[in-house]
Amino acid sequence: MAQSTFLDANELVLNMGPQHPSTHGVLRVILKLDGETVTGTECVIGYLHRGVEKIAENRTYIQFAPYVDRMDYVAAVSNGLGYCLAIEKLLNIEAPPRAQAVRVILTELNRITSHLLWLGTHALDIGAITPVFYCFRDREEALKIFENYCGARLTTHAFRIGGLQYEVYDGFEQEVRAFCDMFIPKVDEYEELLTNNRIWVNRLKGVGVLSGEECKEYGVTGPVLRASGVKWDLRKAQPYSGYEQYDFEIPTAQNGDTYDRYTVRMEEMRQSVRIMRQAVDKIPSGPIMAKMSKVVKPPVGEAYVSIEAPKGELGYYVVSDNSTQPYRVRVRPPSFVNLQALDRMVRGGLIADVVAIIGTLDIVLGEVDR
Amino acid sequence: METVFNHPLFLPVSMIVVIIAVFPLLAGYIVLIERKVLADFQVRLGPMRVGPHGLLQPIADALKLLLKEDIIPADSDKGIFWFAPVISTFTALTAFAVIPFSEKLAVADVNVGVLVIMAMSAVGILGIILGGWSSNSHYPLLGALRSAAQLVSYEVALSFALISGLMVAGTLSMQGIVKAQQDRHIWFIFENYGFMIVPFVVYLISATAETNRAPFDLPEAESELVAGFHTEYSGFRWALYFLAEYANIFVVSSVAVTLFWGGWLRPFPAVAWLEMPLNVGLPVLIFLGSGASSLILVKKLKDPVQQKTLVGAAFLCMGVAVPFLIPAVNAAIIGLFWFLFKVAVFVYIMIWFRGTFPRFRYDQLMNIGWKIMIPIGMASVVVNALLGMLRAS
Repeated sequence: MAQSTFLDANELVLNMGPQHPSTHGVLRVILKLDGETVTGTECVIGYLHRGVEKIAENRTYIQFAPYVDRMDYVAAVSNGLGYCLAIEKLLNIEAPPRAQAVRVILTELNRITSHLLWLGTHALDIGAITPVFYCFRDREEALKIFENYCGARLTTHAFRIGGLQYEVYDGFEQEVRAFCDMFIPKVDEYEELLTNNRIWVNRLKGVGVLSGEECKEYGVTGPVLRASGVKWDLRKAQPYSGYEQYDFEIPTAQNGDTYDRYTVRMEEMRQSVRIMRQAVDKIPSGPIMAKMSKVVKPPVGEAYVSIEAPKGELGYYVVSDNSTQPYRVRVRPPSFVNLQALDRMVRGGLIADVVAIIGTLDIVLGEVDR
Repeated sequence: METVFNHPLFLPVSMIVVIIAVFPLLAGYIVLIERKVLADFQVRLGPMRVGPHGLLQPIADALKLLLKEDIIPADSDKGIFWFAPVISTFTALTAFAVIPFSEKLAVADVNVGVLVIMAMSAVGILGIILGGWSSNSHYPLLGALRSAAQLVSYEVALSFALISGLMVAGTLSMQGIVKAQQDRHIWFIFENYGFMIVPFVVYLISATAETNRAPFDLPEAESELVAGFHTEYSGFRWALYFLAEYANIFVVSSVAVTLFWGGWLRPFPAVAWLEMPLNVGLPVLIFLGSGASSLILVKKLKDPVQQKTLVGAAFLCMGVAVPFLIPAVNAAIIGLFWFLFKVAVFVYIMIWFRGTFPRFRYDQLMNIGWKIMIPIGMASVVVNALLGMLRAS
C-alpha cells in the first residue's frame, strides 16, 4: 500500500494556542479544518494548573481563603463569597445583615468588572479595537472602589469567613452611587458602538447556537444558559446573602446564539447596577462579623454551596473532619463546565467563529485549570 | 549647470530619488499618525516617550527593525521567503511613478497611468501570497489564501468604479484626468449630476479591501490568524511588508483624489476670488496654527531636551508657512499642498474605519464583494454612461 502523505489529506490540523492572541490565556484548541470550515476540535487544558484543590487540604480554612481569588481572577470577589458561604454553612453561622449588604454591593460591582473585561476582549476578538479601551476606562472606576475598600484591585480577598474584615470606608456609599450614575450611560455608549452595527450583528447572529436542552445536557450555566431561553439564576432560584430582598430582573433571550449572549450580558450589567442602588440605599447598621471562635474548626460534615458568579454557577463542596484544615475542597468552576460546549458550538463554523465563540463563553483559564 | 536642470530627465530622476528616500520616513510618520489618531479615539495618549509626544518614535522603530536578527524559518522555502517582501515593496513603490503630485511634479505622465497602478496593486498581492506560502506554516498559509480570494473579489469591483471615473475623464493618464477636471471646472465627484458619488463609494470600500485595511484586514486578522501572512516574518523583512502596506494606502488614496476629488486642484477651481483665502490663507493658517498650538504644549513637558525638540518642531512647522506667502513659490507648491492635504484626509478616513468597525468574516466578505459591490459597480457604469450622454447632448 502506498504511503499516504499529508498531501492526500483534505484535513488541515491547526494548533490554536496555548500562545494565541484570542484564546484568553493558555487554552489550546486543536482545530481540524476543511478549508476554513471547522470539522472538529480538541481542547487541551491544564497549562495553568496549580493544584488549588490539593493546596486547600494543607492550609487552614482561613489560610486558604486568598487562594480562591486566584481561580477566576477577574471575578475574585465572587470566588471569595462562594468560599465564605460554604464554610459558614459548615460552621452553621450566618454573616450579619450589614456584612451581607456590603457583600452584595461588592459582588455585583465585581460582576460588572468581569462583564466589562469580557465585552472588551470579545469586541477585540471580533475585530473592533476601540471598545476594549472604553471598557477598561470604566472598569478602572470600579477597581478604585475595591482598592479603597480592601487595598487590592484584582485578587481582593474582600470577605472573611463569618462576615467582613473591614468596615466600609468613609464615602463608600457616595462612591458606589456615583459609579452607578456614571455607568448606565456608559453601557448605552457601548451599545451604541456595537448593538446595531451591521458588521457586529452579522458576525454574531446565528453563530455558536446552543439550545436550552443542550445547555442542560452539558451543564452550562450563567449568561450562556439564560441566552438559550432558560430562566435560571441562582440569585433568584436559591437566594443567598440576602438577594431575596432586592428587586431585579433575570435577562433572558431565545436564540442561544452569540448575539443573544451579548445582549443578555449587557442587560445583566444594568441589573447589577439596579441591585447595587437598592443595596447601597439600605445598608443596615450593626456588626460586620458573626460571633465565632478565632479558630475555624467546623464539625464533621460536608457542605455544598453554589452562587451565581459572573460566568455561571460557582460551587464549593467542602468536607470537614473536625480539624482546622479542610479534608477536601472541590470547586465547580463555571468556566470549565461551559468550555465543554465549545466543540458542539464551533462544528461547521469558520475559524473566525471559533474566536467569537471562545470569547462569548467568557472563560478564564485560571478557573478552568485551577 | 543650467543644462543639468533643463535636462528632460532631471525632474523625473530627482522625484524618484526623493520618493525612495523620503517615503520610508513618510510611511513611518503615517504609522505614528495612525497610532496617535487611534489613541485619540481610544481615550489614551499613544506613543509619548521617544521625542516630545512621540515625534521621534518612527525613527526609533525603523532603527530597531534594521538592527533585529534576520530570522528565516528552517522549513521555509528560503528563496521565495527572502524575495516575497521585495515584490510587495517594489510594486507599491512603482505605482508612485504615475501619481501626479502637482501639475509639474510627477515621475512620469504615462498615457495608461491608471492601468499601471491597477497592475502594480494586482502584482503586489503576489508578494503576500508567496510570503504566506513560503513560510510553510499554517497561519501564514491561511492568511495568504484569504488574501488571494479577497484580491480577486475586490479587484473587479474596484475596476468598475474606476471605469465610471475614466468614462467621465475620457483618458487613462493621471495628469490628463486632473486636467480634464480643470478644464471642466468641476471635481468629478460632483459630475454627472452628482451620481459619481456611487462609484466613489464603491471605490472607497474596494480600496480598503484591496489594501487589507480594517474592516477587511482578514489576511492579517490578529485575533484569528495571529498575524496572518507575515506571522513568520520579523525584522526588516517585516518592515518591508509594512512599508508596502502604507505605500498602498497612499497610492489608493492618491487615485481617489486624482479621479474623484480634483487631484491638485483647489476647491472651486474656477471661482477666482477664492484664490487668496484658499491658496494662501488656508495653508498659512494650518501650518502657523499647528506650530503655535505645539508651542502651547511645550510648557507641559518636563524634560528640557524634549522641550527644545518640540520648540524646534513647532518653528519648523511655522517655517513651512513662509513659502506660501511668496507668490512665485506659492504657485509652484500649492498643487502639492492640495494633493497631500486631500490624501491626508483619506488616510484619516481609513484610520477612522479601523478604529470603528469590527472585522468581517471570510464568507461575509465574499458575499459583499460578489453580491453587492460588483453589481453596484456594474450598474453605476451603465448609469454613468447614460448620464454622461445626457449631459453631453
